[in-house]
Amino acid sequence: MPPRSDGPEELSITGDDDVVRVRQLVRTYAQQTKLSLVDQTKLVTAASELARNTLIYGGGGFARVEEVNDGRRAGVRASFHDEGPGIPDLTLALADGWSSGSGLGLGLSGARRLVDQFDLDTEVGRGTVVTVVKWKR
Amino acid sequence: MERVPILKIGGVLLVSIQIDLQDQSVLALQEDLAEKISTTGAHGVVIDISAVEIVDSFIGRMFATIASISRLFDADTVVVGMRPAVAITLVELGLTLGGVRTALNLERGMKILEQVRRDA
Repeated sequence: MPPRSDGPEELSITGDDDVVRVRQLVRTYAQQTKLSLVDQTKLVTAASELARNTLIYGGGGFARVEEVNDGRRAGVRASFHDEGPGIPDLTLALADGWSSGSGLGLGLSGARRLVDQFDLDTEVGRGTVVTVVKWKR
Repeated sequence: MERVPILKIGGVLLVSIQIDLQDQSVLALQEDLAEKISTTGAHGVVIDISAVEIVDSFIGRMFATIASISRLFDADTVVVGMRPAVAITLVELGLTLGGVRTALNLERGMKILEQVRRDA
């Protein structure tokens, strides 16, 4: 088992090996929060999609991962930050099958289906922050 | 970047993914496989993902791409050993794998390839 981490941890995303590191970090938190195996897999898969978006569409950035508690249950929160071009049309970006790049267009919409909470904060010319939370059942 | 090894067993190429795949490794694997099918004349490709903990849209698309490339060399592709948690996640993600054939395990995957060969 990796050592227990307290508080948020950040990882920069500047290359595709960083996407792998983000997956591993999110899995570490998901395990220590004792999410079920299926929930761990869903969260790590969502994180992988979002970290790749940060890299490809955001031009790089960083991920922040932390354990959270809403008083009733524990969970894992992961956020993905970039200072890229932002997303001009959110409805389009969140639609299945739509992609501005070479992807399948499942990144954002797919990631949203895999988590319990999904927040997207974007401004054209300023960048994008996507925050997801998976709660322990 | 780590490369995924490709083993040849008779007329079948076996790819057993044992590393945490980064996108560059995925692209390298597609190229290595195309090269290997063309030089060996293999009639089948088995991709064993029993050690793979997550399949996201990029990795999922690789399976479909490899199957399409193989087809151009008259070879069939079977993906075997998918973990239950990965299967559940893929369905929820909305990824259909583009009609790639799957089998429960390596043994059944090899059987399917034999069958296809016989029926051809």
